[in-house]
Amino acid sequence: MEDMRLMERTLATNQVKVAAKGVDVFYGATHAIKDVSVDILDNMVTAFIGPSGCGKSTFLRCLNRMNDTVSVARVTGDIRLDGEDIYDPRVDPVQLRARVGMVFQKPNPFPKSIYDNVAYGPKIHGLARSKAELDEIVEKEAKDRLKEPGTGLSGGQQQRLCIARAIATSPEVLLMDEPCSALDPIATAQVEELIDELRANFSVVIVTHSMQQAARVSQRTAFFHLGNLVEYGETGQIFTNPRDPRTESYISGRIG
Amino acid sequence: MSVLVLVLALVAIGIAGYVLCRYRAVASVGGDTKKLHSLPTYHGWHGFIMGFLPGLVVLALWVVVQPLLIEQRMGRFFDPAVFEDDTQRVLLMADVRRVASGLDTAVDLGALSEQQAAQIRTEFGSVRERLAEVGVALGAEVTPEVLQAAQSYRQQAATGALWRTIVTLAVAGSAFLMALRLTDGAFRARNRVERVMQGLLLTASTIAILTTVGIVLSMLSEAIRFSTMYPIADFFFGLTWSPSFGGGSQLGLLPLLWGTLYISLVSMIVAVPIGLFTAIYLAEYASPRVRAVVKPLIEVIAGIPTVVFGLFALVTVGPLIRDWIAQPTGLGSSGSSVMTAGLVIGILNIPFISSLADDIINAVPQAMRDGSLGLGATKSETIRQVVLPAALPGIVGAVLLAASRAIGETMIVTMGAGAAAKIDLNPFEAMTTITVKIVSQLTGDTEFNSPETLVAFALGMTLFVITLGLNVFALYIVRKYREQYE
Repeated sequence: MEDMRLMERTLATNQVKVAAKGVDVFYGATHAIKDVSVDILDNMVTAFIGPSGCGKSTFLRCLNRMNDTVSVARVTGDIRLDGEDIYDPRVDPVQLRARVGMVFQKPNPFPKSIYDNVAYGPKIHGLARSKAELDEIVEKEAKDRLKEPGTGLSGGQQQRLCIARAIATSPEVLLMDEPCSALDPIATAQVEELIDELRANFSVVIVTHSMQQAARVSQRTAFFHLGNLVEYGETGQIFTNPRDPRTESYISGRIG
Repeated sequence: MSVLVLVLALVAIGIAGYVLCRYRAVASVGGDTKKLHSLPTYHGWHGFIMGFLPGLVVLALWVVVQPLLIEQRMGRFFDPAVFEDDTQRVLLMADVRRVASGLDTAVDLGALSEQQAAQIRTEFGSVRERLAEVGVALGAEVTPEVLQAAQSYRQQAATGALWRTIVTLAVAGSAFLMALRLTDGAFRARNRVERVMQGLLLTASTIAILTTVGIVLSMLSEAIRFSTMYPIADFFFGLTWSPSFGGGSQLGLLPLLWGTLYISLVSMIVAVPIGLFTAIYLAEYASPRVRAVVKPLIEVIAGIPTVVFGLFALVTVGPLIRDWIAQPTGLGSSGSSVMTAGLVIGILNIPFISSLADDIINAVPQAMRDGSLGLGATKSETIRQVVLPAALPGIVGAVLLAASRAIGETMIVTMGAGAAAKIDLNPFEAMTTITVKIVSQLTGDTEFNSPETLVAFALGMTLFVITLGLNVFALYIVRKYREQYE
């Protein structure tokens, strides 16, 4: 209890962007997420770590209601973006996803040109009133080879294109679901560099399998295990001085 | 031995090969099958293949070649001038074969002894009557030449059959012995059996190709004969279609081509949007329960014979269009029309397009949809801007395939579109298509030596080239614009 209170105090010093309280997720009969509460802070990178199947991706997908597209999934609890309940029936999930962008595990550029990939979000949300404005938005994110198909790029380039595509919509929060798991170390390093830059303007949440990656890119880390949030705190503290024995076992490689 | 008995004998040799080779292989390693290069079963199958296949190949070749050789040697019985003519020779040989098989039957039934059959002469009485007694009906009295030829034919066939048996069994036996000698523990029976399987698969795939080539060649030769009898430019650019078997026909392709393309166009206007929308609904919106009911129901349409669709066009759609649209607007008074046929073919093609497009849309990776939804796109934006463009090449392919089906459709146009060959823009007029005219030129007792019948082959060739072109174009589109999403 003492620990929890301490944790909350440290978190409270930064502005909370997304606040989740008592979130449960069911996939059919499976209870995938059990009573998870997390505050995600603005202008910080928050990493979700944990062994496979621990529910970290599932929880991530609650934050922009991507679980709505899975017919058997059911989410209960309270998730607020800037204090506004995102599961309120009046909230349009489509608009929510414009504010909470997402990058997926496997690079999934659309079979269009690089330009059209980046311009996709701004176009559907009407962010540009003219072709010139659209050009400006796109060129802020992507510089050359704009006419080439996005599918012709290498894996790392494709993933960076997907990130560019996501931030061209100017979201407030960017969710990344294991964005580097399909990439080689060099491409991973490039993406990580990009994530660090993104922190200036967005609140970033990244799910990762790699503890080194979590340690490198994040300021906050949450450790999930079997659908429970075991521990959440500053990355440095989680990796050097974990409070929960399960976290320690995972970090030192005994479970997971 | 008859061919059937011979094949059974080959099977028997094969089975013996299986048993013996398997036994020999196991025995060669003293029962320790782990030391074998291949499993005992493979040795067995190798024995079977060696005992069965070479003999079968020889037998098949023999069965094909023997009649050709015998036929060639029949020439000495006939006037060379007559025998050189293709049509005449075919007729003569048909007679010879019929008489020969009549004699066979007579011998089988005991009406003639083997010797009588070989020596019977037209001078001693009517062969036709004698054969009629045993139930073999001949169209005309047998000429001495034909009878002699038939007797020689029987004799040669008998000799051929004897040698066929000897050669086939000799080949099968020696291959069998070779398999037995090859078999030991280190023998790579598995690799050899797999090579044979590969050959089998190759043969299966060539059969379809060879058939297509055969169809094209036979049509081509007849179409070329047509071009020697009728000016080909008049065929391709003629605006009138009025065949008359008495001569003076005008065989212009254009009215038929116009009707074909017009009806296909109408059918595609019906089928493409409905089929595509159905596919989008089924693939993207329908719940699994709805999908499980609706998809099979739609595909039932594909199982209805086209002649039933033709009846539907004739009895229901045609009169309906005439009474409610064509007559009130003064556009026509015909029950059969381009509109009728096009509409019904369109309905026929709906499941074809919807089913293919549904598969194609389902093949678009979910990651593509997630990516778009994750950017805050709605479902319909995702479908329009991401899913459909990704599926487009496949959809275009499906549409072009449906178009070639519409072009080749026969029954529905026969009943729904009428038989009047004309070029008209009014879709409520009766028109006709290439397929209908192919049928009408070839039905009835006609000989394949006038331009009026041979034109059917030229029409068929034209149709073939059009649909082939469409299919090639469809494949080209699919290849060129196929998106590499993993």
